[in-house]
Amino acid sequence: MKILVCISNVPDTTSKINFTDDHKSFVSAGVQYIINPYDELALTRALEITEKDGGSVTVINVGDASTDATIRKALAIGATDAVRINAAPRDAYFVAKQIAQYAKQHAFDLILTGRESIDYNGGQVASMVAELLDMPSVTNIKLLQLENGVATMEREIEGGKELLTCPLPLVGSATEGIAEPRIPNMRGIMSARTKPLAVVDAVDVALLTEVIGYDKPKTRSNVNLIAAEDVAKLVTLLHTEAKVI
Amino acid sequence: MSVLVYVENTAGKIKKSALESISYSYALATQQNVKLTAIVFGNTDTATLGNYGVSEVLHVTDNAYQTFNAAAYASSIAEAAKKINATIVVVSNSFSGKGLAPRIAVKLECGFVDGAISLPKTENGFVVRKGAFSGKAFADVSILSPVKIIALNPNSFPVTEQAVTATVTAFTPTTNANDFKIVVKDTIKASDKISLPEAELVVSAGRGLKGPENWGMVEELATLLGAATACSKPVSDAHWRPHSEHVGQTGIAVSPNLYIAIGISGAIQHLAGVSSSKTIVVINKDPEAPFFKAADYGIVGDAFEVVPKLIEAVKAFKASNA
Ligand SMILES: Cc1cc2nc3c(=O)[nH]c(=O)nc-3n(C[C@H](O)[C@H](O)[C@H](O)COP(=O)(O)OP(=O)(O)OC[C@H]3O[C@@H](n4cnc5c(N)ncnc54)[C@H](O)[C@@H]3O)c2cc1C
Ligand SMILES: Nc1ncnc2c1ncn2[C@@H]1O[C@H](COP(=O)(O)O)[C@@H](O)[C@H]1O
Repeated sequence: MKILVCISNVPDTTSKINFTDDHKSFVSAGVQYIINPYDELALTRALEITEKDGGSVTVINVGDASTDATIRKALAIGATDAVRINAAPRDAYFVAKQIAQYAKQHAFDLILTGRESIDYNGGQVASMVAELLDMPSVTNIKLLQLENGVATMEREIEGGKELLTCPLPLVGSATEGIAEPRIPNMRGIMSARTKPLAVVDAVDVALLTEVIGYDKPKTRSNVNLIAAEDVAKLVTLLHTEAKVI
Repeated sequence: MSVLVYVENTAGKIKKSALESISYSYALATQQNVKLTAIVFGNTDTATLGNYGVSEVLHVTDNAYQTFNAAAYASSIAEAAKKINATIVVVSNSFSGKGLAPRIAVKLECGFVDGAISLPKTENGFVVRKGAFSGKAFADVSILSPVKIIALNPNSFPVTEQAVTATVTAFTPTTNANDFKIVVKDTIKASDKISLPEAELVVSAGRGLKGPENWGMVEELATLLGAATACSKPVSDAHWRPHSEHVGQTGIAVSPNLYIAIGISGAIQHLAGVSSSKTIVVINKDPEAPFFKAADYGIVGDAFEVVPKLIEAVKAFKASNA
C-alpha cells in the first residue's frame, strides 16, 4: 500500500490575521505555522492503515523552504518520507498540477488531502488532483476502511452521510471522524531528522486565479446586554430591530 | 454565450441553495448581457425554473445520472458548458458542489472561486469576493481565464423571482466508464433536521451545558424557531453531539441571519466560523466571556434558567404574531 498525503502549511488557529496596509499580503511575522488540521487527520489515518497492512506514507507539500519545519513535523508523526515541490503555492490549480505531476511518476494506491486548508478554505485540491489523474474522488471522508483493494467510506453530506465504496486508486479529502490526531513522541521527533525530504522543481502552470486583496470583517461595535429577567425584550428586539425572526 | 447554472435537488425538490444560485446566475447573466441556462439531473421539477429567470433547461434524464456522482456530473456539466459556449458556470458551494466544481475547472482549464459571497466586480477584470482564513478575513480573487466557474456560498444571495419562458431540452452526456467507479451504498439523512450549512437560524451550545443530557432545551428552542442546531468543538470531540454539528475554524463555517450561542466561551477558533452571521445572541453566565465582544445581543445568566424562559418568550411571541 503506497499512500500520498498532501499537507498544507497554515497559520496556527490562534493566529491573529493581519494584512499589509495595501491589503495585498498576509503579515506572517510572529505567526506560528502548523500542519493544516484536516491534513493531520488524513496523515494519521494513512499511518493507521499502513501500520496494519504494511506500506508507506509519503507526505507532499508545495512550498518554499519555509515549510520544512512543518514537513519535519509530519515525519515526526510517522510519515515514511517527504517531498517538497519547491515553489510558493499560487492557487489550488497550481498546487494540484504539481501534486498530480509527482503522483504520475509514483503510482500511489491512495492520495489523501484535508477537507480544506484553514487559510484559503478552497477545498479544491483533492478533486483537481483526481481529475488530472483521471481517478475517482470522494470529498469530506469521515470514515475510511480499505480491504482487498477496495475503499469503503462514509462521506459527509448536508444533514447526513453517504456510504460509498470505490476500487483503488482513489483521491479523497479527510474531515473529522476519520482519525484522532497523534502527538509525535520523542523517538518520532529524533528519527524525523534523518528521514528523506526530497526537494523537487515545480512545473510551469498557467495562472488561472489571483488574490488581489484581503479585507477583514467589520467588528461588532457594542453588545446590547439584556437582563436575564427580561428575555421577552430580546425576542421583541430580534423581531423589530434585528428583523431575524 | 451564456451563464450555466447547475441546479442541485434532493429527491426531485430544488434546494433553497440552488434557488439562490439560480438567482445569482440570473443577476450575472444580466450583468454580462447573456442568457441563463440551467442543467438538471434526474427527476426534477423543471417547470418551476422559469420563475427564476432560466430561459433554457438542459435535462439529463439518463438513469445512470439519477444520483449524484462528482466525476460523471462534472463531465456532463463541462460538456454542456462547451456545447452552449458558456462563459461562466455557477454551482452551489455545498458538499456536492464543492466535490464537482474543481473537476469542471480542470476540464475547462478555467479559474474557479469557491464560496463566493457576492456578485463579481467587473470594472477591473472579474473579481469575486470569498471568505478566507476560516471567517477571519475576505479575499478578493481575480479570475484570469476566459471561462470562469463560481461556487456560491449558501445564504449569500437572496432568492429572486423573475418570470421568463423556459424551454426544456433533453441532454445526453457522453458517458465515460471511468466516471462510474464509485458506488453509493446508502444515504442516511436526518430528514426532520434543518441542514446546518444552509440554515437561516442556528441555535448552538457549548461545554457550558455540562452534558449531552441537557440538549433537550436546545433542540426545543431550535424546533420552535425553525433553526438548525450546532455546537462547539469540545462538545463534538466528547461525542455529546455529532461532528457534523461542530462549527468554527475547523468545523462548519455558518453565516445565518441569527446565531444564538449558549454556554460557549467565544474562543478565536469558534468565532472564526460564526462571525459572518448577521445577528449574534450570546447567553453565558460569565460576563467576561469573550463571546460578548463579538455579539449583538447578550444575556449574562445561567443557561439552565435563561433558555427555558427564552423558550416561553418565543412561544408567547409566536402566539401573539400567529
Ligand atoms: C487547532 C484547534 C482548532 C479548533 N477549532 C475549533 C472550532 O472549529 N470550533 C470550536 O468551537 N472550537 C475550536 N477549538 C477549541 C477552542 O479553542 C475552544 O476550546 C472551544 O471553542 C471552547 O468550547 P466551549 O466554548 O464550548 O467551552 P468552554 O471554553 O469550556 O466554555 C464554556 C462556556 O460556558 C459558560 N458556562 C458554563 N456554565 C454555564 C451555564 N450554566 N450557563 C451559561 N453559560 C455557562 C462558561 O462561562 C464558558 O464561557 C479549536 C482548538 C484548536 C487548538
Ligand atoms: N501547498 C500545498 N501543498 C500540499 N498540499 C496542499 C497545499 N495546499 C493545499 N493542499 C492540500 O489540499 C487540501 C485542500 O486545500 P485548499 O484547496 O487550499 O482548501 C489541504 O487540506 C491539503 O491537503
